[in-house]
Amino acid sequence: MHGTRILDEADRLMTVCNSCRYCEGLCAVFPAMEMRRAFSDGDLNYLANLCHACGACYVDCQFSPPHEFNVNVPKTLAIARAESYAAYAWPRALSGAFARNGLVISIMAALSMAGFILGFAALNDRSVLFGVHTGPGAFYKLMPHDAMAALFSTAFLYAALALVMSVRAFWRDIGPPIGGRADGGPIFQAIRDAGELRYLHGGGVGCYDEDDKPTDRRKFYHHLTFYGFLLCFAATSVATLYHYLLGREAPYPWWDLPVVLGTLGGIGLIIGPVGLFAAKMRRDPALLDEQRYGMDVGFIAMLFLTGTTGMLLLVLRDTAAMGPLLALHLGAVFALFVTMPYGKFVHGIYRFAALVRYAQERRTAA
Amino acid sequence: MGSKYDVLVIGGGNAALCAAIAARRGGASVLVLEGAPKFYRGGNTRHTRNMRCAHDAATEILTGPYTEEEFWEDLLRVTGGQTDEVLARHMIRESKDILNWIVEQGVRWQPSLGGTLSLGRTNSFFLGGGRAMLNALYLTAERLGVDVAYDAEVTDLVIEDGMFLAARLKRPIEGETEVRATSLVAAAGGFEANIEWLKQYWGDAADNFLIRGTPYNRGSILKMLLDKGVQEVGDPTQCHAVAIDARAPKFDGGIITRHDSVVFGIVVNKHAQRFYDEGEDIWPKRYAIWGRLVAAQPDQIAYIIFDSTVVTSFMPTLFPPIAGQTIAELAGKLDLDPAALEKTITEFNAAVRPGTFDHTILDDCMTEGIAPPKTHWARRIETPPYLAYPVRPGITFTYLGTRVTKEARMLMADGKPSANMFAAGEIMAGNVLGKGYAAGMGMTIGSVFGRIAGREAAKHARD
Repeated sequence: MHGTRILDEADRLMTVCNSCRYCEGLCAVFPAMEMRRAFSDGDLNYLANLCHACGACYVDCQFSPPHEFNVNVPKTLAIARAESYAAYAWPRALSGAFARNGLVISIMAALSMAGFILGFAALNDRSVLFGVHTGPGAFYKLMPHDAMAALFSTAFLYAALALVMSVRAFWRDIGPPIGGRADGGPIFQAIRDAGELRYLHGGGVGCYDEDDKPTDRRKFYHHLTFYGFLLCFAATSVATLYHYLLGREAPYPWWDLPVVLGTLGGIGLIIGPVGLFAAKMRRDPALLDEQRYGMDVGFIAMLFLTGTTGMLLLVLRDTAAMGPLLALHLGAVFALFVTMPYGKFVHGIYRFAALVRYAQERRTAA
Repeated sequence: MGSKYDVLVIGGGNAALCAAIAARRGGASVLVLEGAPKFYRGGNTRHTRNMRCAHDAATEILTGPYTEEEFWEDLLRVTGGQTDEVLARHMIRESKDILNWIVEQGVRWQPSLGGTLSLGRTNSFFLGGGRAMLNALYLTAERLGVDVAYDAEVTDLVIEDGMFLAARLKRPIEGETEVRATSLVAAAGGFEANIEWLKQYWGDAADNFLIRGTPYNRGSILKMLLDKGVQEVGDPTQCHAVAIDARAPKFDGGIITRHDSVVFGIVVNKHAQRFYDEGEDIWPKRYAIWGRLVAAQPDQIAYIIFDSTVVTSFMPTLFPPIAGQTIAELAGKLDLDPAALEKTITEFNAAVRPGTFDHTILDDCMTEGIAPPKTHWARRIETPPYLAYPVRPGITFTYLGTRVTKEARMLMADGKPSANMFAAGEIMAGNVLGKGYAAGMGMTIGSVFGRIAGREAAKHARD
């Protein structure tokens, strides 16, 4: 017996799969499973987070429903995965946020955005909020740079701490690698695997979305979203360096590195989430964890909102709309940061950790 | 779905789809009639995993050469010579090209990842298994413009003087219809799921058989063809039967109900008596004998008995072993006479001679002075908990079929080839496999003769 009913079901399926093994070439989940004969909660959470939900094993399985063995690995592992996020959340008291995640994110986003608008209005008079500000330091007419930096570094550091503590709990629970070495090499393998979404390829043909005809659509939009996010993060990092090392204040001209990175990233964060949302709407319900619909959509929406407000800010920063748009953008980013440890964002962190563990297990101890 | 096609393919598995694709590529309009609903399409192909093909050199997926001659020798060995040499050699030659042709149809191979299957040299494994292979073939067929009808139960074949004219069918929504075609490819499998038919040869014992594939393999097309003057081939009592877990469902338990633990223990019948040399030869070439052996035992049940020292030596199983701390406790759980089981195991243990255990070769661990002997891998069963799997005959497919030529053309009872009827796959496997089996041969027969049948059927339709 396991900690939860879904882990009991995952155990049943892994027993079926381990006596079949036809899927062993499709992704990392099945070879990892084959290294085990019995499955602890930690093992099942590891396998659940190793699964990229490409759906190939469902379409390929002779025992998937309506067969009486009722083998639905992608859906079962999706639910187990989502439950594992709550199980490892830090602090424990906030794990409940996963259950009502869509609502939590919406409220947090609304509050943050309203907070920034009201804050700007309170800090300044109305003419500043709706005034036209141009040239270096324009943003800081609304909020002093130091205040902005303090606020965002606090939010960021909190998110980072919560994520580190959560993934630490996950890492301990999944136990030591089986038959492998725990040194640094596998991290680069895992970065490659995660960076190219190696296991979202259905064994080479693509992801099974709405039917049994595979496509690379989900991978493409995921790449746009993920690399869009990284580019935006890089833009912010470069801007921070500009500020402190070169003494150059935002906003920067359109051809400058932070803006170029931010623009490319912003485009990714607009098209990517829209594509992922569309793919989710079309996806075969048999493969979906409907309970976590709100969490997935909430995260997609936050990324989209961040990208959209950022791009609008870039386009309209020389107009009277700059103040309100800056408030909205900062509110969106702030909400994104503080909700990160309690939403779909964590899937990337746990999946990466699982890929590191898998890469370790693939290396036989010398 | 029109009502007149160049080529009508009846069946929906590997052989049928290879035929449909080959015929379509040969320029014919093609309709595939699959008797099962879409999920169960493909008959036994759903449960297959690999294909045995000859090849002259190692490839990305195969570890070494497997020459035509070696393939032929393997076939000769498992069939005990019950094979049509001309057809068999032709198939083996064609299998070399099939290895690549099947990939061109979208099927993907995986590198043999090892595990407990030692077939990396002779057999290519489908990435994702047989259903993945089928999915790829269906996608290709549909892309090429092959029509496919599911739930299409053929109720009659109109055949005159060895010439196919039309098929009558019944579909759940469309009702009764008739399809005419210039050529017919029958690729509708054997009759393993037809218990009544099996009983004609096996008597009531067939009631205790478990069927490894879908309940749709009822042999109705085979029966119609034989009734309408097609020459039959093969021994009707011959079938591919392995010992599978007695707790498996009646139909469609597939691969995961099998046991390959026989060589690690002993096998007893319901009287707790051993009845065959468990160490005669190695899995997988010999594992197919155990279905027939169990079928010959009272009530068609047997028990593989081993101890806790060997549980990690074979594939994990779907159903857990039944366990007892003592032989008597285990016997109680299995409903066997405890005294009889204790006696059997004591005598077996006493007969085991020391040797060096190695389950990868025919080792020197054997018994002395008991009948039947265990000639390899014999080790004492003495470390509790004692464990057991109950097993029954699991029927994979039957060998009775339609006689064909090298061109996959059916032969009529009078010895003349049919003008326009071809057969491929299990329905004609008996031409090549008179008895016995070696892993992956069913798929070879299906793909090779499917492709030939499709090509020839299209050629006939064009002429």
